[in-house]
Amino acid sequence: MKIKALMATAVGIGLAVAFAPNGVFAQSNDGPVKIGVLSDMSGLYADLGGPGSVEAAKMAIEDIGGKVLGKPVEIVTGDHQNKPDVGANITRQWFDVDKVDAITDVPNSGVALAVNEVGREKNKIMLFSGPAASDLTGEKCSPTTAHWTYDTYALANGTGAAVVKSGGNTWFFLTADYAFGAALERDTTNVVKANGGTVVGSVRTPLNAPDFSSFLLQAQASKAKIIGLANAGGDTINSIKQASEFGITSSGQKLAGLLVFITDVNSIGLQTAQGLQLTEAFYWDQTDETRAFSKKFLERVKHQPSMVQAGVYSAVRHYLKAVEAVGSKDSAKVMAKMRETPINDFMTKNGKLREDGRVVRDMYLFEVKAPKDSKAPWDYYKQIQTIPGEQAFRPMDQGGCPLVKKG
Amino acid sequence: MSWLHMLVPSASQLAQMPAQLLIGLINGSFYAMLSLGLAVIFGLLNIVNFSHGAQYMMGAFVAYTLLNVLGVGYWPSLLLVPILVGIVGMLIERIFLRWIYRLDPLYGLLLTFGLTLIIEGLFRQGFNSSGVPYGMPPEFRGGINLGFIFLPYYRAWVIVASIIVCLGVWFLIERTRLGAYLRAATENPALVQAFGINVPRLITLTYGFGVALAAFAGVMAAPMQNVSPLMGSNIIIVVFAVVVIGGMGSILGSIVSGFLLGLVEGLTKVFYPEAASTAIFAIMAIVLLLKPAGLFGKAR
Repeated sequence: MKIKALMATAVGIGLAVAFAPNGVFAQSNDGPVKIGVLSDMSGLYADLGGPGSVEAAKMAIEDIGGKVLGKPVEIVTGDHQNKPDVGANITRQWFDVDKVDAITDVPNSGVALAVNEVGREKNKIMLFSGPAASDLTGEKCSPTTAHWTYDTYALANGTGAAVVKSGGNTWFFLTADYAFGAALERDTTNVVKANGGTVVGSVRTPLNAPDFSSFLLQAQASKAKIIGLANAGGDTINSIKQASEFGITSSGQKLAGLLVFITDVNSIGLQTAQGLQLTEAFYWDQTDETRAFSKKFLERVKHQPSMVQAGVYSAVRHYLKAVEAVGSKDSAKVMAKMRETPINDFMTKNGKLREDGRVVRDMYLFEVKAPKDSKAPWDYYKQIQTIPGEQAFRPMDQGGCPLVKKG
Repeated sequence: MSWLHMLVPSASQLAQMPAQLLIGLINGSFYAMLSLGLAVIFGLLNIVNFSHGAQYMMGAFVAYTLLNVLGVGYWPSLLLVPILVGIVGMLIERIFLRWIYRLDPLYGLLLTFGLTLIIEGLFRQGFNSSGVPYGMPPEFRGGINLGFIFLPYYRAWVIVASIIVCLGVWFLIERTRLGAYLRAATENPALVQAFGINVPRLITLTYGFGVALAAFAGVMAAPMQNVSPLMGSNIIIVVFAVVVIGGMGSILGSIVSGFLLGLVEGLTKVFYPEAASTAIFAIMAIVLLLKPAGLFGKAR
């Protein structure tokens, strides 16, 4: 009996965790522009988004003077816990009860795809910086969604193409078993094939697996030259760490980390991560402007900003300026203004918000430095190549977005 | 269609079997070490120690801190960290757990679950959520080519260390005088106390010992896994399933089912990887239906 009761309680605790209060604190009053930062506040993506994204949004609000349409801009935050249902519930509450006007960040493509549908239904603006799946501007595109910082297509096009061109023409994928992993594998497969390479196999790995050795051995047995890591966060860190342990990288096979954030490199350590090539939209040590932003960010958050956090700043700032310019919070008008105005800030040069919701910006191919070349904390990347926005992102007519007029 | 893989193994899958079984055994070592500590604590204290995963994570982080702040390497950490974290465990027992022994085990489960949330929150605050690097000790770099697998020296060491620890603990509790006191103290504390044995101290030490086992596993995991505040949550649910399958509180049961389930999981990863994280729970459900007290458990 006791054991049964214990099991019941264990299940109960599981449910309680799933539906725990999600840290939403919101005030409901009409009028001021209200921005919701929906992120993973304590899970595996909390360092690359999370509280740092909240801080980035606050910095954007401060930099435009704190007020739009004559009233102070308000901010609410929520933790989606990487669960699409939790994210969608928070979003509904924000739109219906708390009168939130726009939502930003949303790392985790699964959550973003769910939240995107709520935004479409309620005609509210989504400023996605965290999620990767290119479906958000493909078949699932929405007239009020902007996909701001990067996507799986650009990652594939950056790292994938560079690897194939340097001779890595046979691939095996380790793919995170959810929407994001599938999208990244699909987009990279297309790039590999377009450049004359072949994909010999792939394995779907459960999210947050502590041990990847079994999957790495399968990749090794495939004899592919390149093991493509279509995963993120802790999964990428563990794959890279364990590939090095199992001698996979020293026996001639190479890893291609398709989505590696600077916070991941920090966790892996340069000793293991050195030589890894990766694609990002932003690195703190690129220009005087990026350094200036990062310095301010570092003082507030205690680590360098990820591209996702930088993107939140960029998106919130562009959005607020558009609201001020049209003198209204009307989603259609604001989106039109955002499309019409080129995006220029510390991380974006002449960026453009397209009809399908994609922000076209330059992307950069980096290589992780060897420990001896790293002169200071967070001195991790060497820039190899700038990939112009028009090349980096999927042409609008190939995504299958119904909003794009054919012809 | 993909489920057909389960029925008809391909040639390449068969060729990989020995390697994958060995990997399964290595992962089983961790399940065994962790479920062992849980079994000791549940068997002797009747506490379902939900904070076991957090204590495992603490082990890894204390090893990281010792290395980076005090320059204490891997080998001394293997001994020091379990002692340090074990002391924290004993404090937890003295401050919180001792008040609830007379209550239903559910209270212990809820209390230790709450402690887990607090401990994880504190580590997230201190170290961020994406984790810190713990390098491979130099003497373990590289590995040996067994023909069917390149076995890193470190993974070989994991299996050896785990077997030594498991057998040692089994021997201590089932075959020594101290173990006999412990078992007697849980059966009838008043009588054992009457013989002049300090039962509360014995219980404190037992909890500390169980926690130390978790911390030991944490140090063992640090060089091969991302040391992150979430590492305990990612493994603890599986470990609970292992304990339930083995029989709550059965030392031998937790060891055997730990290794066994590592093997099963290893095979799932080859034939139907998507199910790797669920296979253990399917087995748990079947075992509970056929043998509700677990494979090695005694019906209470």
